[in-house]
Amino acid sequence: MSNTERNYFLLPSLTLFWREMVRFFRQRDRVVGALATPIVFWLLLGFGLGKSFKTPGAPEGHGYLEYFYAGTLVMILLFTAIFSTISVIEDRREGFLQAVLVAPVGRFAIVLGKILGGTALAFVQGLIFLALTPFVGLSLNAESILWIIGVMFLLSFALTGLGFLIAWRMESTQGFHAIMNLFLIPLWLLSGAVFPATGAPAILRWVMNCNPVTYGVSAIRQGLYWNLTLPAAGMPSRTVNLFVTILFAIAMFVLSLAAAQRTTRGDLQ
Amino acid sequence: MNEPLLDVEAVTHRYGTRTALNSVSFQVARGEIFALLGPNGGGKTTLFRILSTLVAPSEGRVHMFGYDVVLQQGEIRRRIGVVFQAPSLDRKLTVSENLRHQGHLYNLHGHDLQKRMDELLERFGMADRRNDLVETLSGGQRRRVELAKGLLHKPQVLLLDEPSTGLDPRVRRELSDYLERLRDEDGMTILLTTHLMEEADRCGRLAILDRGKLVALSTPQELKDQIGGDVISVDAKQPQVLAEQISKRFGMEARVLDGNVRIERNNGHKFITELVEAFPGQIEAISIHKPTLEDVFIRMTGHRFDGEET
Repeated sequence: MSNTERNYFLLPSLTLFWREMVRFFRQRDRVVGALATPIVFWLLLGFGLGKSFKTPGAPEGHGYLEYFYAGTLVMILLFTAIFSTISVIEDRREGFLQAVLVAPVGRFAIVLGKILGGTALAFVQGLIFLALTPFVGLSLNAESILWIIGVMFLLSFALTGLGFLIAWRMESTQGFHAIMNLFLIPLWLLSGAVFPATGAPAILRWVMNCNPVTYGVSAIRQGLYWNLTLPAAGMPSRTVNLFVTILFAIAMFVLSLAAAQRTTRGDLQ
Repeated sequence: MNEPLLDVEAVTHRYGTRTALNSVSFQVARGEIFALLGPNGGGKTTLFRILSTLVAPSEGRVHMFGYDVVLQQGEIRRRIGVVFQAPSLDRKLTVSENLRHQGHLYNLHGHDLQKRMDELLERFGMADRRNDLVETLSGGQRRRVELAKGLLHKPQVLLLDEPSTGLDPRVRRELSDYLERLRDEDGMTILLTTHLMEEADRCGRLAILDRGKLVALSTPQELKDQIGGDVISVDAKQPQVLAEQISKRFGMEARVLDGNVRIERNNGHKFITELVEAFPGQIEAISIHKPTLEDVFIRMTGHRFDGEET
């Protein structure tokens, strides 16, 4: 890569990244939607189900508020990823994207800038929620925090990539909302975020095992209970969780890149 | 014309089975203000997309600055400024932020970028609005920022898609003054699409596109001169019958369009008298005008230019 080519890659990526940040924080309702909504869900379900929910084999006092914590964290990552990738559709519809597409910038830089932007937003929102761990009675050490941060980053990247992949070919935000309700939310519901696989029917268990998000949720849970052998039986090892999450992130990026290389119908309107 | 800046050779483009462009060829020289005129759906937007490197043509070749528009995209992209019909500004960003973002995409940064931004904002009279969000600007102001955005990296060619759409006549006039200044002061080549006759009339040269075909290519004046003399339009009870009678009697072409008989003729004012005397009682109203681009279009295509906005 020659010097000029590198410059046509770095600066454009950075500027697209920067724009995601500015836009997100200028639209307060998005910040609230992506962070406050999951927290409200968490509190309502956590206190509502409270002690009537029991993880198989869990110690006393391990209520739903605690179980649902990791799930809520992933929900925050997912929601922020969705909100930031919806902007791809808006950018296309409003015309902003055209100007980016005719600039001397490769698609790699465009996809990377956009996905890293969404990743950073999801990641930061996740960090804010992570500060709530003491209230759930979980204590984290440096090692477990590092692990959770790493997993959160990978998962944010993977989910933003997934959002990008879907949004790139969409012509309307309504279409994206439909996909969100029919695909993305179930993806999260069936990841062990809301209920453990152990009590679910065989078919759901099978789906959950195939769902890459399951391994991310599981990895975060392992971070939260770093020194404990986890009560939820049948959970994959840390290595497997980390490996699947890395693969998930890479796959989403590669697929997004492939999608962005092709001219879509939306470009022709 | 020496070495053309833009060379379009037999370009055909299809969307599925629909042919949007049918073997279009023309050349544009450095320093021209060139218009692609045509009704909506005529193919000009497709051609615009090809020229701006967004779409590769199905057939044919396009060279700009000697580079192939498909194979050497990067070289071309660095040298062209593109102003789309749909606003490309981010409304949630300020004027400056939009320009800075654009500059970064073209690898401009730091002091150079700042200087260039100041220069353009000054030139377009937007310096005092630089820190305002784009969503607070008027339509005309946004157009100026769009233009500044397209010019930021000092392109040699400026491509504009329907630049006047949605602008009131005063702002349109302002825009065409800007474009002329860009050509005169910066030696820029400007290529725009339009469906407005008056806008095309102010351009140096134009190509008329209809249903994907190039139907005329020349300066506005030459095109109008081809018609020769005047255009007479006759409102008659039985236009078809009258048209045939006129053709027979005067040995000239008279065609019916939208219920009117149209005749192209030198010294039209004298001919009107003859006409009215020759067909008493058949003529309801008669009018005469100097040829316009619309008349050129009708002559070339046999139908009215229906893309005109009212």
